[in-house]
Amino acid sequence: MLRLPPFRFLRPGSVDEAADLLAEHGDRAMVVAGGTDLVPKMKRGQMEPEVLVGLGHLTELRAVHATDGGGVEIGAGVTLTAASSDRRVGADHPAYTRAAALVSSPALRNVGTIGGNLCVDTRCNYYDMSVEWREACGFCMKKDGDICRVAPASKHCRAIASSDTAPAAIALGGTVVLVGPGGHRREVSVSDLYQDDGQFYLAKAPDEIVECLRLPPPGAWRSSYVKVRRRGAIDFPLAGAAVALAMAGPVVEGCRIVLTAVGSRPFDVSAAGEALVGRELTGRELTGEDGLLADVAAEAAKVAKPLDNADLHYVWRKQMTRRAVVQAIVEAAGHSPALAALA
Amino acid sequence: MEVPDGRELLRLSVNREDRLLLVRSHATLLEVLREDLGLTGTKHGCELGECGACTVLVDGTPQLSCLLLPAQVEGTAVTTIEGLARGSELHPVQQAFVAQGGLQCGYCTPGMVLAAKALLDENPAPSRDEIKEALAGNLCRCTGYAGIIEAVEEAGRMLS
Amino acid sequence: MTIEAPRDERALRVVGKSLPRVEAAAKVTGSIAYADDIVLPGMLFCKLLRSRHPYARVLSIDTRAARAVPGVVAVLTGHDLPVNYGIMPTCEDEHALEHEKVRFVGDPVAAVAAVDEETAQAGCRAISVEYEPLEAVESIEQALVPPDDEPLHDYAGPANVHRLAALEFGDVDAGFARAAHVREDIFFFEGNTHLPMEQHSATAQVAGDKVTLWSSTQDPHYVHRALAKVLGLPMGKLRVVAAPHGGGFGGKCDPFSHEIVVCKVAMMTGRPVKCTLTREEVFYTHRGRHPVLMWVRTGVDADGRILAMHFRSALDGGAYGSYGPASTLYTGALQTTTYAIPAYRFEGARVFTNKAPCGPKRGHGTPQPRFALEVHLDKLAADVGLDPVELRRRNFVKPFSRTVNWLRITSCGLEEVTNRVLEASGYARRERRRGHGMGFAVSSYMCGAGLPIYWNKMPHSECVVNVGRGGVTLYCGATDIGQGSDSVLATVAAEELGLWPGDIRLVTGDTGLTPVDLGSYSSRVTFMAGNAAREAAAKMRALLVGVVADEEGCAPQEVEVRDGKVGRMTFEEAATLAEEHLGVLSAHGTYTPPEGIGGRYKGAGVGPSPAYSYSAATVDLDADPGSGEIRVNKVWLAHDIGRSINEMAARGQVEGGVYMGLGEALMEAQAYRDGLHRQPSMLDYKSLTFLEMPEVETILVETHDPEGPYGAKEVGQGPLLPVIPAVVSAVHDALGVWIDEVPVTPDKIVRALDARAKGKEARYGPKRFPDIPYPDLVKVVPPDAATAAL
Repeated sequence: MLRLPPFRFLRPGSVDEAADLLAEHGDRAMVVAGGTDLVPKMKRGQMEPEVLVGLGHLTELRAVHATDGGGVEIGAGVTLTAASSDRRVGADHPAYTRAAALVSSPALRNVGTIGGNLCVDTRCNYYDMSVEWREACGFCMKKDGDICRVAPASKHCRAIASSDTAPAAIALGGTVVLVGPGGHRREVSVSDLYQDDGQFYLAKAPDEIVECLRLPPPGAWRSSYVKVRRRGAIDFPLAGAAVALAMAGPVVEGCRIVLTAVGSRPFDVSAAGEALVGRELTGRELTGEDGLLADVAAEAAKVAKPLDNADLHYVWRKQMTRRAVVQAIVEAAGHSPALAALA
Repeated sequence: MEVPDGRELLRLSVNREDRLLLVRSHATLLEVLREDLGLTGTKHGCELGECGACTVLVDGTPQLSCLLLPAQVEGTAVTTIEGLARGSELHPVQQAFVAQGGLQCGYCTPGMVLAAKALLDENPAPSRDEIKEALAGNLCRCTGYAGIIEAVEEAGRMLS
Repeated sequence: MTIEAPRDERALRVVGKSLPRVEAAAKVTGSIAYADDIVLPGMLFCKLLRSRHPYARVLSIDTRAARAVPGVVAVLTGHDLPVNYGIMPTCEDEHALEHEKVRFVGDPVAAVAAVDEETAQAGCRAISVEYEPLEAVESIEQALVPPDDEPLHDYAGPANVHRLAALEFGDVDAGFARAAHVREDIFFFEGNTHLPMEQHSATAQVAGDKVTLWSSTQDPHYVHRALAKVLGLPMGKLRVVAAPHGGGFGGKCDPFSHEIVVCKVAMMTGRPVKCTLTREEVFYTHRGRHPVLMWVRTGVDADGRILAMHFRSALDGGAYGSYGPASTLYTGALQTTTYAIPAYRFEGARVFTNKAPCGPKRGHGTPQPRFALEVHLDKLAADVGLDPVELRRRNFVKPFSRTVNWLRITSCGLEEVTNRVLEASGYARRERRRGHGMGFAVSSYMCGAGLPIYWNKMPHSECVVNVGRGGVTLYCGATDIGQGSDSVLATVAAEELGLWPGDIRLVTGDTGLTPVDLGSYSSRVTFMAGNAAREAAAKMRALLVGVVADEEGCAPQEVEVRDGKVGRMTFEEAATLAEEHLGVLSAHGTYTPPEGIGGRYKGAGVGPSPAYSYSAATVDLDADPGSGEIRVNKVWLAHDIGRSINEMAARGQVEGGVYMGLGEALMEAQAYRDGLHRQPSMLDYKSLTFLEMPEVETILVETHDPEGPYGAKEVGQGPLLPVIPAVVSAVHDALGVWIDEVPVTPDKIVRALDARAKGKEARYGPKRFPDIPYPDLVKVVPPDAATAAL
């Protein structure tokens, strides 16, 4: 049986105290809420914290409530099951609840948290292996080594951002509240939580803890998330796109497109969606006859540079990024996925 | 008594029996159940959260015991496969798995039965799609899932 | 004693019913103890240290630091277990712990036993091994080139070739010369693995001079032999018990390092020892489906009748022999059991590479050529303008005939399974829309290998039925690996004794308590152990009937045995009376396959079986022309089972076979990159979840085989076989591209579609078959017409 290495488990009385503990123990410590990402990685020696600062018992992190302006605040300790089945969030932010519902499997979502999924480790099939496998291969820079195995010339790690909920939260204009030592709080856009480096993929300070996710009132924004993977459960995304459209009737007034699993951070490629602004999304556009969506998707996917460090052929994964964008736009516009299949 | 380093006291209820255990702080619930309590009905297939074999119910919801730390199950009520039958009378979900051919080698069965029970507790008449969604994280290599789906449907009928 | 003539089988009361399996209640309550659930007092835990190199010489192993770890009790290296072994006598090329060379990442080199598993693991990490890396062989092509260093094994050669075979039956050249049309194709079937839910586990205990091993094995008999050889113990001092089994599919058919090591440690320490593999270690233990490259050429006459076929295979065997010689021959043996091929040439080769060793998986050696053959026939049919079903029908073998390679065909439901599955699925009038397709294929499989793995004249299966104190106990070496063999044996005994399966106590898979059965492989248990059980139970019935007839003053044939009664007495009364009159009530039955079911040429040992099952499948799917993603809507599977002993169990085997076939067709792959396994986890090794598994419509066809127990044949392996080519055929039907490489993944489909869009061949697959130094053909005279029509 694969087992965990020993560690000290600390139970802070509050998030503030947890951040203080992180600061106190430095890089020997990590936080754990659901543990669905951390525990397997500790069993395989990918992460070796000596101290775990538990968050799971903190009820303050487990609330979902409306914010004054009509938005919603979801505590970082809310499980993916709870978040995905919250009716209010689902009505306002379908991309987000859909993304949460597509993470892994039901039993895992019953424990895994929304904060955990925003911070989920980047993935790479040179890295997500046992310590014995990695030793046989030669360690990589993300853990214990000094080169990137999939791109040996790369100066930084090319592990893949694999969160489903992060692209959705970014497309929805979400922010997170980070708690640092001394109770210091700051609110940053979800997008600013990440940087394009597979090893140091989180842009926050190591002793900052995600306290909650805030999604602004939806206004005219409609959204969708499309995930590409081999199986309908368990698997991480091979490609994925979250799209939010601000619609005035059939006319697009704003478009945000965010990609996952195409690089080491979620990519906001909303610039590619500007071609849609002012356009009606009704017939020819949606069926792809005029090539509009295909052009948008091609532009959006330019940033995608998949490598041979995940499932299936990397060229296919790039192709699927374009399809996911088209499908997510069609779905966000309120049309059936069947139309997207024709595109 | 002082708790030695690397160990902790764990209070929880397992199959309706209250337990006070001194466990290794880094032992997962899977290890506590199988090795500390001798409840070997809970199986392990990967120990990484990828197969569903170790599914148990924690406060009624299916969770993967291979991923749960003692601190996460402190004060909870855990149900394992050994806790489902009442005496010698099988739970309806167990009866249905027997009667409908919902098992072959039987190794995924404890996790599958518990996940199915949790589903039926919430939704006694699930559609086929709902059954598939609810059990999608539980892999089976023998049955092709057909007998399991029939068993869950049959159990739903028995329970309602 | 005489056995009464077979009773009227229309009056069967238990056989053929749909009944829960006998151990089901123990499985749904978690009370059944699988190998890793066994806990013995004072038990030690063992872990294996495995090679991190694909190929290296072991220069030295320093175990001093490991021995110094507190809690470590024993440390073993290859020097402690120097005797070689292997499942097949011709390639006993394994050591429990390798001390000279390691041949794949995962090859065991040392073992540590300690007070708990964590300490054993820490002990393993404290061992330092000095290696001299050698150039690894990673592909079939590379294995054919003489190595710079040295071949993987001394007996390999030329280059890293393990085994070559070249056989010709009839005049193939003449057949091609007469053909109106000849077609050639090349196919590749990627390797895949069994992925049993249960990780292998073994526990050994020593009492006095006797050693007992409990293991998740499919073949306790062969493990017993290997242990005796390696440990240097008389067979009688060793007992191997197959623990209740969490899934085999062929992956637990070899004797394994961990089984040998725990016995050795138990002998050294006097304490019970357990070793349970991690999931990653299970991927390295493997013995799964060989990657096979195949080339096939077939000539047909103007009517589409096959005149000649030439089939070549190249198997990537991995690092050790395992069942390799048999696997190699199986890639050529069963093409002839579905199609009457008048002239047939087979050339096969297995090579060694520095990967986990391949071996038998459900369908052993035959799913790969079946995929190639069926897809090849689809293409051939298109060439000659024939419906693919019609082309097959024109070539179907006939019941009670002899194939060109001398295999004896008895009952054969090929026509009926074809008709039933086509009718049920509406194949001929299938919906034509973009991306939708249906595919059809047939197959055949053995009901047990006609010969044992090592030469011996023992029966292949033996059963003892004892009656005492009113109860019945059946002893048989057969091993229930989840396929339901215990239920089959109980059903057979119950049928003969007028009881219900639940009335029969079973002792199975235990070399210390049960008579021999060769094991759960080659789909042999229902046919062979079933016949042995039937004979034993029928003899027991005759004993009881004789005593009751005397008591009741009537003729034995007037005594009815049914519904828990023997004549007018209850079974318990009859049993007690018989014990009073006869003493110990014990009856035995045996099964040995008949002579003359195969040929007499070298290589003829692989393929013969006392009977063959037949399957046909249609697969209905939608394939997305943009993404290549496949949604299988439904599979229809008709299977000639001879007779079903337990309908529920039989349907379960069909559904499970379809499931595994779909998994292999669509996603399962054990692939390597730079000598390392690419997917050694259940997340990365893709197997179907509930959400990918379509509805299966199972059609059981009963042809009542003359030699099967009550006419029964196998169902454990056959139904997997036609599913894979039917998927490939359906993808072609849907999108017009041929994917000549399994698994059929969406990226391959998109590449084939892109190729077509660029005006290239609308196909994805291998382009060349390597030059292989096949030996001179062994020319075998086919059976003459008189022999061929049995």
